[in-house]
Amino acid sequence: MTTTRPLLGSPMTRLEGREKVTGTARYAVDYPVDRVAYAWPVPAAVARGEITAVDATAALADPAVLAVLSYENAPRLHDTDDRTLAVLQSPHIAHRGQFAALAVATSLEAARGAAAAIRVAYAPEPHDVILTRDHPGLYKPDEVDEGMPTDREHGDFDTVYARAQVRLDAVYETPPLHNHPLEPHAATAMWDGDDLTVYDSNQGATAVQHVLAELFGLATGKIHVINEHVGGGFGSKGTARPHVVLAAMAARVVRRPVKLALPRNQLAAVTGHRSPTIQRIRIGADTEGHVQALAHEVTTQISALDGFVEPAAVVSRVMYAAPNSRTTHRVTRLDVPTPSWMRAPGECPGMFALESAMDELAIACGVDPIELRVRNEPTVEPDSGLPFSSRHLVECLREGTRRFGWHDRDPRIAGKHEGRLLIGSGVAASTYPVYVMASHAEAHAGPDGSYEVHVSASDIGTGARTVLTQIAADALGVPLDRVRVRVGSSDLPPASVAGASSGTASWGWPVHKACTELRQRLEALGHSVPEQGLTVAADIAEDLDDREDYARHAFGAQFAEVQVDTVTGETRVRRLLGVFAAGRILNPRTARSQFIGGMTMGLGMALLEGSTMDPAFGDYAERDLASYHVPACADVPEIDVHWIEEEDPQLNPMGSKGIGEIGIVGTAAAIANAVHHATGVRIRALPIHPAVLMPPLAGARQASPS
Amino acid sequence: MREFGYQRVFDVPGAVALLGTDPEARFLGGGTNLVDLMKAGVERPALLVDVTELPLGRIEATADGGLRIGATVTNSDLAADPQVRRHYPALAQAVLAGASGQLRNMATIGGNLLQRTRCGYFADLTKPCNKRVPGSGCPAIEGEHHNHAILGASEHCVAVHPSDMGVALTAFDAVVSYETADGPGELPLAEFYLPVGDTPHLETALPSGALITGITLPPNPVAAVSRYRKVRERASYAFAIGSIAAALDVRDGLVREVRLAFGAVASRPWRAREAERLLTGGPASAEAFAAAADAELAAAETLPHNAYKVTLMRNLVVAVLTELTEEATR
Ligand SMILES: Cc1cc2nc3c(=O)[nH]c(=O)nc-3n(C[C@H](O)[C@H](O)[C@H](O)COP(=O)(O)OP(=O)(O)OC[C@H]3O[C@@H](n4cnc5c(N)ncnc54)[C@H](O)[C@@H]3O)c2cc1C
Ligand code: SF4
Repeated sequence: MTTTRPLLGSPMTRLEGREKVTGTARYAVDYPVDRVAYAWPVPAAVARGEITAVDATAALADPAVLAVLSYENAPRLHDTDDRTLAVLQSPHIAHRGQFAALAVATSLEAARGAAAAIRVAYAPEPHDVILTRDHPGLYKPDEVDEGMPTDREHGDFDTVYARAQVRLDAVYETPPLHNHPLEPHAATAMWDGDDLTVYDSNQGATAVQHVLAELFGLATGKIHVINEHVGGGFGSKGTARPHVVLAAMAARVVRRPVKLALPRNQLAAVTGHRSPTIQRIRIGADTEGHVQALAHEVTTQISALDGFVEPAAVVSRVMYAAPNSRTTHRVTRLDVPTPSWMRAPGECPGMFALESAMDELAIACGVDPIELRVRNEPTVEPDSGLPFSSRHLVECLREGTRRFGWHDRDPRIAGKHEGRLLIGSGVAASTYPVYVMASHAEAHAGPDGSYEVHVSASDIGTGARTVLTQIAADALGVPLDRVRVRVGSSDLPPASVAGASSGTASWGWPVHKACTELRQRLEALGHSVPEQGLTVAADIAEDLDDREDYARHAFGAQFAEVQVDTVTGETRVRRLLGVFAAGRILNPRTARSQFIGGMTMGLGMALLEGSTMDPAFGDYAERDLASYHVPACADVPEIDVHWIEEEDPQLNPMGSKGIGEIGIVGTAAAIANAVHHATGVRIRALPIHPAVLMPPLAGARQASPS
Repeated sequence: MREFGYQRVFDVPGAVALLGTDPEARFLGGGTNLVDLMKAGVERPALLVDVTELPLGRIEATADGGLRIGATVTNSDLAADPQVRRHYPALAQAVLAGASGQLRNMATIGGNLLQRTRCGYFADLTKPCNKRVPGSGCPAIEGEHHNHAILGASEHCVAVHPSDMGVALTAFDAVVSYETADGPGELPLAEFYLPVGDTPHLETALPSGALITGITLPPNPVAAVSRYRKVRERASYAFAIGSIAAALDVRDGLVREVRLAFGAVASRPWRAREAERLLTGGPASAEAFAAAADAELAAAETLPHNAYKVTLMRNLVVAVLTELTEEATR
């Protein structure tokens, strides 16, 4: 069946844009609530140890202070498999910054003052917070991400690598990175008997509802999670975070609604981050650059409370044809904050390593880096042997070549000067898997000709609400203004998180299904809507099971031009170009901002971002946005984004792949490769700070005074 | 954060007198540094005396051809002032290189000089810091110090002064005027900040309770050919990791007069007097600039993560003086 799609593919502006720019859109702690109290947490001041005493006398002396909670008096929670949520349950401190106590008061100032007045005494224990390649605690985890194998072997890597004509052996490092969404993790919690309502800043209301139900031992129907507007998350709000548990707990104790917005300087320790990686890549190739053997071995860390294992080697199972390969992950448990998801977990750090290595290989073989990638294009997914549902990496590289003017580039290293600036350009590939997760939706036709569509989707600023409305209106075959899509509440039909670039597919599919069926039912009724309206519910679990086996991924190519100041070591990006092949683009306006946003974040990763673990104290040194540098406008040049429309029938009824994360994948490698082209200095550990470039540049200046 | 009183004052004697009534009172300028430190619990004043309505908001030419800048002039107004831009371009550039537009609109000149270090340990009450709690130790030396001092520091503190503006003022021999209950006083900027030694918590030579009333720039023809270059990790809205204010008068290939000051290398804006002495009267050549920089930096003591600053400052001296030589001889 072919359908016309008047709305899908059109650049609609965000439906809630006006509310947001006029300040009427409400975020988690913006809701006016009667008798509200405020909570302020006390972070632990040791890297590891036991709380020996909590003295709240001074704090409680203020009549505005309603309660001071700690493990001594906090309500008991039920266990879940996320130990970061067991807040105030034990005197044991697993890492610095973990919550040790909570002050609740009738004003924000009083809560903050009380938190400062709480005296917590600790019996510190020795701690270990620094990841090394030969850390004695390294072990092989059972899996790296839900269901992904830790290690994979194909062929005989060792033998083929040892005999290869060209061999590359390099270690790449990415630092801990923090998501730092603009809206901090925040919640307003209210109990009505055994019913709990929370306005919470999260990426998935259904998921948070379920975990709160578990923690408080209640039926899920008793928990109402509302996340109407969310000021970003980048993965750090993908599951419930401790703040919402604290808020709910505090509200129960003080029998009043409680607001809790984490201060920026507490986020780094308790809301998740991308853990550091140390990645060894070995490539054996022939002199034409055909990869014969590829090993990608990742070392990373989790916390004493577990956390996410960064699956950085997985990209090497997808990207290039390598008959002999080894991809492994080793992890060690340190007394550090608990790592979690950050935009393109796995792919992002993994592709920094792999795409830097491909650039090094291209130079070693004397092959153009784009040509090298084309030569290693696989016919099927290398690890699984499955056919790709669609793969247009080569087309992206070719299109980028043309648009960027790559052919005009002089491949010689450090060959282009403008005064004291060295200019260079680099390229890297991008990739991100296509995920879809089971979700439900309902479509309702009213007798007045209006339609309501319900799905517990989360619009974290991406434009999800808008795109879902486009999908619904098209499927119903009605104009946009007849359709209202409601998202952002766990009282709506359960749906998956805004994560893994899966939102539009996972929510759009049941929306499409429900609306299509509703339309058919209405047609059967001769377009007369019954008085009570007509509702159709849809669930895509079976559709997902019925899908054929394909390797489904989006691909892209990123190009960067940089200038490096030989006097100061400062690197600035002059141009970025991204060309992506990500299925059908459903809304060019919101899609473009996802790509650009991802690339900007990739620029930050390349040049600016990084959290420094303090070995003596066990916390991250950068705890505000004055020291954790995300790009400012002045850092971001014009970013050019294009895409290649793909017709891929193996995806979902809309034909889309996810676009939220691929933009950050490969940017850092493209920039590092450009820095190498400009200067001859290969940076294998991010970020590319003046302090890193200064010594080698000084050496080069001495060698050739110009 | 503790509860505090707030009072606005409209005349200088009244401001000084009010502050004198409470040993825990502090002057409040734009509040861009003080209020942050109050939130962190580093500063716990009982009373804030808001000085921004004092009649100290003007920039005026002095009789001898210098400039007098009132203490409550905002950073934005200072940078935009035509006299500043014409006669002291490095000063305008330095101010514009600092913070963000919003912050510069709030920040005052007096507050800028007295802003505290950005050393992360200083602002974290859960950690030791000699500057905050004398005698408690200096964790930066073994810890995070990539933007800490290479000159004039001590084993007790290696923090840097973060001001960009102060670097240019130091190069141009600015003088700070103040008012106390005992009357007015003056301090050349060169003597304004105290050496670190074993008292990093004592930062300035201002008498206690003194209100900064203004800054005087002496006439300074050399300043007309001057430049401020700031190196930072991100292209805007970041503190310097190294900066330089320089002015140069070159005739017939010889340096007649030179001013050099460094930022983000010491607990105060660092006047490079040794380099100036070596350069004056000598050739305006890259070799001479490099030799002068090396002489100034010979005293540098580096830590594992800030050694790059020595190369950075040397490069900056050579590059900026070379640019100024070209500008002067054009
Ligand atoms: C995110 C951020 C980035 C920044 N980036 C930069 C940068 O890149 N470069 C840079 O140079 N600066 C930077 N700053 C610092 C900024 O310049 C200072 O905070 C500002 O100049 C302080 O001025 P203020 O009037 O706000 O001082 P306040 O915060 O009001 O006061 C600071 C101190 O001065 C005292 N004080 C104020 N006025 C007087 C007076 N007249 N007499 C006596 N004492 C007085 C106060 O009591 C207080 O101790 C940044 C600040 C922030 C928050
Ligand atoms: S460098 Fe100075 S401010 Fe920083 S921790 Fe050491 S004593 Fe404190």
